[in-house]
Amino acid sequence: MSEATGRKSDSLSAHAREEIDRWLERYPSDQRQSAVLAALQEVQHENGGFLTRELMDGVADYIGMPEIAVYEVASFYSMFELKPVGRHSISVCTNISCMLCGSDDILEYIEKKLGIKLGESTADGKFFLKKEEECLAACRSAPMMQVDHVYYEDLTPAKVDEILDKLE
Amino acid sequence: MSEDLLNIEINGQPLQARRGAMIIEAADAAGIQIPRFCYHKKLSVAANCRMCLVEVEKAPKPLPACATPVADGMKVRTRSALARDGQRSVMEFLLINHPLDCPICDQGGECELQDVAMGFGGDISRFQERKRVVKDKDIGPLIATDMTRCIHCTRCVRFGEEIAGVRELGATGRGEDMEIGTFVEKSVDSELSGNVIDLCPVGALTSKPFRYSARSWEMVQRSTIAAHDAVGSNLHVHVRRNRVMRVVPRENEDVNETWISDRDRFSYEGLYSEDRLSAPAIKRGGSWADVDWDVALDFAANGIRRVVAERGAQQLGALASPNSTLEELCLLQKLLRGMGSSNVDHRLRQADFSDQDVAPLFPWLGQSIADLELLDAVLLVGADVRKEQPLINNRLRKAALRGAGIMVVNALEPNFNYPTEAAMIVPPGDMPGVLAGIAKALGVRGGKRDKLLESAQVEPAHEAIAERLKNAGRASVLVGAFATSHPQAADLRALAGLICEAADAALGYLPAGANGAGAWLAGALPHRGPAGQMLADAGADAQAMMHDGLAGYVLLGVEPELDCWDSAAASNSLREADFVVALTAYRTSEMDEYADVLLPVSLFAETSGTFVNAEGRWQSFEAVAAPVGDARPGWRVLRVLGNLLDLEGFVYTDSQQIRDELKDKVGEARADNNAAWREPSRLDGKRSGLTRIGDVPVYAVDPVVRRGKALQGTRDACDARLGLNATVAAKLGLQQGDRARVTQEGGEVVLEVELDTRVPDDCVHVRAGVPGSVGLGPCIGEIKISKA
Ligand code: SF4
Ligand code: FES
Ligand code: FES
Repeated sequence: MSEATGRKSDSLSAHAREEIDRWLERYPSDQRQSAVLAALQEVQHENGGFLTRELMDGVADYIGMPEIAVYEVASFYSMFELKPVGRHSISVCTNISCMLCGSDDILEYIEKKLGIKLGESTADGKFFLKKEEECLAACRSAPMMQVDHVYYEDLTPAKVDEILDKLE
Repeated sequence: MSEDLLNIEINGQPLQARRGAMIIEAADAAGIQIPRFCYHKKLSVAANCRMCLVEVEKAPKPLPACATPVADGMKVRTRSALARDGQRSVMEFLLINHPLDCPICDQGGECELQDVAMGFGGDISRFQERKRVVKDKDIGPLIATDMTRCIHCTRCVRFGEEIAGVRELGATGRGEDMEIGTFVEKSVDSELSGNVIDLCPVGALTSKPFRYSARSWEMVQRSTIAAHDAVGSNLHVHVRRNRVMRVVPRENEDVNETWISDRDRFSYEGLYSEDRLSAPAIKRGGSWADVDWDVALDFAANGIRRVVAERGAQQLGALASPNSTLEELCLLQKLLRGMGSSNVDHRLRQADFSDQDVAPLFPWLGQSIADLELLDAVLLVGADVRKEQPLINNRLRKAALRGAGIMVVNALEPNFNYPTEAAMIVPPGDMPGVLAGIAKALGVRGGKRDKLLESAQVEPAHEAIAERLKNAGRASVLVGAFATSHPQAADLRALAGLICEAADAALGYLPAGANGAGAWLAGALPHRGPAGQMLADAGADAQAMMHDGLAGYVLLGVEPELDCWDSAAASNSLREADFVVALTAYRTSEMDEYADVLLPVSLFAETSGTFVNAEGRWQSFEAVAAPVGDARPGWRVLRVLGNLLDLEGFVYTDSQQIRDELKDKVGEARADNNAAWREPSRLDGKRSGLTRIGDVPVYAVDPVVRRGKALQGTRDACDARLGLNATVAAKLGLQQGDRARVTQEGGEVVLEVELDTRVPDDCVHVRAGVPGSVGLGPCIGEIKISKA
């Protein structure tokens, strides 16, 4: 009711808007909400891997959809984080093929190595061990994990060390 | 049309169904019961609960009846082994996570889940796992949540999107973690929000004020009519031991469909407010005493007699709430006229009566409520229709979503829940100019009209509105509460009339209160008797009565300092009067000061009577609950007063006789808005200084609503503040949060400054009808501001 202090979409960076605009172009003008997934991904990426309410409200305002509809999308898809998390996101597949090939041991090894449980981030803010991913479609070379969008397959503890130790 | 009807068979019964209809609709029409949770005839089909599974011949598996369109020759079985097995399994799934807390659940006894489980479920569950628990949400003072009970039918979500027009609730999370809620800390603020209580098939969303106060089987359901706006929503009142426990809608497709506004749903709390007057009281020698009805009535009659004898009948006046029943209003005007005075009025928030003698039989909507949906273009003049008449707004919303152009001329931009095409937001003094511009753009001319519109400026925006109205198949101009209380209301009406004439649009008024239309018919007017009967000598109108001061007043359901156009004038006149009789349901400190006798009268639900709604529909009702204390129906009190004053025509044994008598008088007479306005000869544009915009918030419109506890806790309940835009604030040297002295015609209050971009230049927003602005002058008029 009182004096508007600017728009909610002000929370988005110029670059994020450009990216969102690019996606918006691909959809009919009365279907702007189609760009919401891409928009959230872009905004999350810029924000160090997680979304805030301000950013989600910004996306809602920019695209022109109800805020709650953006919350619905952001809370539905596991690729969105709604709380601050570590820089590097580790997802260990624990679905059937990986499980049969020992993913539980891999997971346990990572938990021990990093000193955190599934769903937690390391205190130094470096790693985030993401909770239960569904089959990531690399069953052929199970067990596998995804670290920051990259697939690593046929895992062994030694391989895990090698992958994680390389990260900054 | 017959080719659009298909022949189908349900449970061996041959039926006809419209092409495109779903099986469930055809079954419902034939009275064949199919269990359902997510399906609701007023909402889109979600088909997510799967409770409505039925067997369709040739289909390999059961199909959801709510999402399967009928086909010619289709054979459906709703109780076959396959169907029942499907239904039983779905029920079992739904109960996996549903808590077994029926004994402490308000929905118990009227729960669709309970009923369907009884009728279609099995008797044991094979699931032994732990049930999930969902944290309850605080979504405001009206709706209680127990989200563990939610079965995710999404009716409430679809209601928000499709009917309320604000998506506040949603389904967040996924799978087992899915939850219905607002996700962030937030209240649900729609003026129709309470309807989700009825929609929710389980006890997840229930009424907060009603919570834990009665079980459904302890109450009886009775019918009445809502008492706060001109829709006249049909209600069911749930009564226990003669006390109203809660209010729910009664379906009437022509009026309120299946909905009611929050105001109509929750106002009943006002019936039982602490300041309810329970016994008659009189003031003698400056002190109050509770007395018997006989004593009080004698005292009242004697006082009225004395005023007439000593000061003359012209010194007696009556003000009535437009929420009074037809019968009360009829007797009130009869009483006044019997005493020789025509000073009677219900138009409490109006100031300009100059066109009253050419007014229609009663100013009305100009079309049926349902027909509003068919409009292609609407111009709203001084109408915050969403808050004033929530269910009329619902019809306009449907029109807007169909593509109708909704256009606005107002002093404050209302909040809409649908797109509008044009909004001319100008200071009140400029509103006539805008309408004149539109009229001129429409080519209104000839005779004195040329002169009238000579100086009118036609802006491109005016032209656009004119075009839209003119090119629409069906158009209407609706005049709302703000326009009606405008100091130049007659000009606005006339210009709206000219626009309608030129654009071939229907002119409609949004009457005040629940019975504004009925008050005109009953003759609660200074210039007309019952059924529009013209009177040679008009009495004083509401403004004149307050402004010039009379010696004696009869008040019917009014708190003048809050309900009148000019709060200061109203308070002063009453305080200075010799004798004031208040027929009132409440006792306030103001009344103690100005009144001499307080007669406790029944409120809605406690009295029989009739309301005439905006479309001219007469709706009569019976008393459904006992009046509080010694209160009596207003028509009875007035009847006895009439007898005590030895007046003719006060021999009624029930309220129906009063109604029937009036109905006979009205006969076939019809109200014609379009021909009933007087063209002004000039538009008077004088304006200086700052103008107050004093609209009345949705939950401040009448004494009952003002006492609805839960409603008063909502975001829409707001007190007075000094709203102004940054330019005006800078000119006055004021900042957000400052305290400012606000002065109007001798009245003065101190208010907090709130910057608000919606307020136009040269104006300030100071609401009327709320405690904070009591004692100020005209709700639209000059105002002075200084730093406090
Ligand atoms: S709260 Fe009620 S209406 Fe809303 S989804 Fe849950 S069960 Fe359905
Ligand atoms: S089960 Fe792990 S990738 Fe498919
Ligand atoms: S009523 Fe048909 S699926 Fe819910």
